[in-house]
Amino acid sequence: MSVLPLYYALLIGLALPLGLYMGRALDTHRPSVMDRLFGPLESFLMRLAGVDRRLSMTWSAYLLAVLRLHLLLIGLAWLVFMDQGVLPLNPDGIPGMRWDTALHTAVSFATNTNQQHYSGQTQLSYLSQTLAIVTLQFLTPATGLAVLLAITRTLLRRPVATNAGGGVGNYYVDLTRIVVRVLLPLSLIVALILVWQGVPATYQGAQRVTMLDGGALQVIPRGPVAPMVAIKQLGTNGGGWYGPNSTVPLENPTGLSNLIETIALLLIPVASLIAVGVISGRRRLMMGIGVVMIAFSLLTTTMIVVSERLPNAALVGLAVADSPNLEGKELRFGSDLSALWGSWTTQTSNGSVNAMHDSFNPLGGLGLLMDMFVNVTFGGIGVGLIGYLLYLMLAAFIGSLMIGRAPELFGKPLETREMRWISLAILAQPLIILGSTAITVAFPTLAGNSNPGFHGLSQVLYEYTSAFANNGSGFEGLGDATPWWNLTCVVALAVGRFLPMLVPLAVAGWLAGKRTAPQGRGSLAMESGAFVGLTAGVIVIVNLLGFLPALVLGPIAEQLTLP
Amino acid sequence: MSATDSGHDAPRHDAAVHGAHASPAEASHPLLRYAGPGSWLTAARFSLLMAVLLGLLYPLVVVGVGQLGFSHQANGSLLADAQGRIIGSSLVGQAFTSDRYFQGRPSAVDYAADTLGGSNLAPSNPALRQRAEADARRITARDGVAPGRIPVDLLTASGSGIDPHISPQAAAIQVARVAHARGLREADVRGLVARYSESGGLGQPRVAILPLNLALDGIAVRPLP
Repeated sequence: MSVLPLYYALLIGLALPLGLYMGRALDTHRPSVMDRLFGPLESFLMRLAGVDRRLSMTWSAYLLAVLRLHLLLIGLAWLVFMDQGVLPLNPDGIPGMRWDTALHTAVSFATNTNQQHYSGQTQLSYLSQTLAIVTLQFLTPATGLAVLLAITRTLLRRPVATNAGGGVGNYYVDLTRIVVRVLLPLSLIVALILVWQGVPATYQGAQRVTMLDGGALQVIPRGPVAPMVAIKQLGTNGGGWYGPNSTVPLENPTGLSNLIETIALLLIPVASLIAVGVISGRRRLMMGIGVVMIAFSLLTTTMIVVSERLPNAALVGLAVADSPNLEGKELRFGSDLSALWGSWTTQTSNGSVNAMHDSFNPLGGLGLLMDMFVNVTFGGIGVGLIGYLLYLMLAAFIGSLMIGRAPELFGKPLETREMRWISLAILAQPLIILGSTAITVAFPTLAGNSNPGFHGLSQVLYEYTSAFANNGSGFEGLGDATPWWNLTCVVALAVGRFLPMLVPLAVAGWLAGKRTAPQGRGSLAMESGAFVGLTAGVIVIVNLLGFLPALVLGPIAEQLTLP
Repeated sequence: MSATDSGHDAPRHDAAVHGAHASPAEASHPLLRYAGPGSWLTAARFSLLMAVLLGLLYPLVVVGVGQLGFSHQANGSLLADAQGRIIGSSLVGQAFTSDRYFQGRPSAVDYAADTLGGSNLAPSNPALRQRAEADARRITARDGVAPGRIPVDLLTASGSGIDPHISPQAAAIQVARVAHARGLREADVRGLVARYSESGGLGQPRVAILPLNLALDGIAVRPLP
C-alpha cells in the first residue's frame, strides 16, 4: 500500500513522545519540571482572569463552567460575524454575515465542528477569522481534553475515587495548561513550517493580477492564513481559511505541507490516549482501546484508498483505462494521499479536506460515513476517548449481565440513573441524524441537492452526520446556506457535542459517590481480550443497527446502479 | 472578582486541591459547588483574555516571524516580471485557452481564485459524464489524442479550482501542438517541460504550467519578497 504504512509509522512515532509529555505536563497531581517552565505564565493568566486555581470543582460545577464559557464564546463570535463590516481588520471590505449563518458558524466553531455554510475568503474578515474563529479553534479541543482529564481523575485513576462529591479539577486551570503547554507551542511550530512551505501570513488584503492568457483579472485572497491552518489541523477543528479548505494550494502547497497537515489530523487524539494511560495508570486498558481504534482505522482507510484507486465511472472510455478517481482531487496529492486524508479527517472529527468528498466513488463515501457514525476511531481531541468510554460503559453493563454479576464499572455499581443517561447519549445520534434527514428529504426544496438520485440522499445524510459527529466536512455541492439548514444543524451540532461529552462526566461523578465493591475472581475483567472484543462488538452492532438501512439507500445503492 | 465569589470563603493554601489525593490540610479546602454570578464574571474575563492571547497575539506572532523569515511565501508566493509588474502566484493556476500555451485541468470556477471550488459532481451524476465528453472531444480535436487515451487529470476538475499543475503525461500530449503553434522544435519544448517538472517527492510527479508558459513567452520572472 505505497506510502501509507509510512504515515501510520510516523504518526505513532510522533504521538508516543507527545503522549508521554502530555501525561506528565497535564497531570495536576504530580509536580513536574514543566510547572517551573510554564507556571509563571499560567499564574499570570489566571490572575488576569480572576481564577482561584486552588479551587477544585465538583463535577456539576465543572459541567456548568463548560456550558457557561461556551454560551459566552458563542455570543462573542456571533456578534463579531454579524458586525465584521464595521469592525477593524477588514481590508477586503467584507460585509456582516446574515444572522442565521452567523449563528450556525458560531455554534459550529464552539462545538469543535467547523462546519461551514460560507466561503471564508469572501465572507469573513480577518478579525472574524482570527479573533472569533482561531480563539474557538484553541478552546474547543482544550475543552474536550479538559473534560477527559476530569473524567480520568474521577473514574479511571487508581485507586478509584470514593469521596462523595469530591473535586474533579478546575476547568479554567485545565484549559490554560492545555493551551499553554500543548496547543500553543505545537501550533507555533506547525504554522511557521507552513509559512515556509507557502501558506500566506500577512495582514495585507487580496492581490489582483492580470492573467497571462487573455488578460482577465484574477483576485488572489490572502491573510493571516498559516496560524489558522496550524490549529485547524492540530485541534480536530477542520474549518479552513478558504472555502475548499486544504485542497487550495495557498492552504496546502506542497507534499511536505500535506504530510504535516495529515499527521496533525491524528497526532493529539492518539497522544491523548497515551497521556490518559500515563495519568490513570491503566496502561493495559488504554492499550486495548488503542488496538480497537487502530483496527477500525486500518479497516476504513484501506476501504477508502482502494475505492479511490478505482476509475470514476463517468470517465470510462474517455480517460486512460484504470486511472484513479481524480475528480475533486489535486494533482500534487493524487488519489492515495487524498483518500488517506479523507479517512483520517472523518475518524478524528477534524473535517478538513484536501479533496472533495462529494466526488469520491460511492464506496469511498461509504467509508467516510462509517468513520463519522463510529466517531471514536481516535475521534475528536478528548471527546473521542470520552465517546469510547460511553460505549465501554454499555459494554460493561452487558458484559456484567453475561457473566451473571450485578452491572458494575471499575467496581462501582451501574444503576438505572447511569444507564438511562448512557442510553440517551448513544441513541440521540441515530434519532437526530435519521430524523432530520427524513424530514429534509421529504421536502426537496429544503434539501437543496446538487446531485440526483441515491447520491442526493447521501448528501443530506452526510451533512447531519457530520454536524452530529462534530466533524464539519461535507458533500459540498449541497445548497446548505439557508435558514433551514443553518438552524437544524445548530441542534445537531449542540446535542452531538455536549450530550456525549458531558454524560460520561456526570456518570463519573455519580459513580465516585458510590461504595466500591471488592474486586475478585468473578468480577468483570475489563482489561481482558474478551472485554476489548465485546466493546468493539457493541460499537459495530449499535452502528449497524442504527445506520445500515440508510447506507443501503445511499452509497450502496449508488454503487450498485453505476453503469 | 474570582471564582471564590460563589459563596465560599477559600482558606489560603498553596497546593492545588483534587479530592481523592488531597492531604489532610487540603481536604478542608472547600470545593466549588455553587455557580453564582461571580462564575459568570470569571467566564467572561477568561473568554476575553483568551480571545486576546489566541485570537490576536498568536496570529500576530506568526505573521511577524513569517514576514521576517519567509516574506515571499508569507505574501502569497507572488511572481514579478523585469518591470516589477505582479503577474501571478506560483501557487495559483491560471486559465489557459490558446494553442500557444500548455493548458491546465478543467476548473469548476474558471480559475477564479476568489470564488474557488470543485465541481462536487458525484460519479453517478449524468452532468459529470456530459462535461467529460465535451472536454474529451475538445482535447481530441486539439491534440489528436483518441478518447480512452486521455490522461485522467485533463478530464477531472480539481478540488480547489486553481490547481497549478498537470501530470507529465498531460504535458507530453500537448508538446507537439505548442511547438507547432510557436514554430519551435518539439525537443526544445520538451526540454522546457522537463525544467518545470517536479519528480513528486512527498507528492505526485507534476508540471507547473504558469512558470512553464511564462518561460515559453520568454518572460523572466523573479519571486517578489
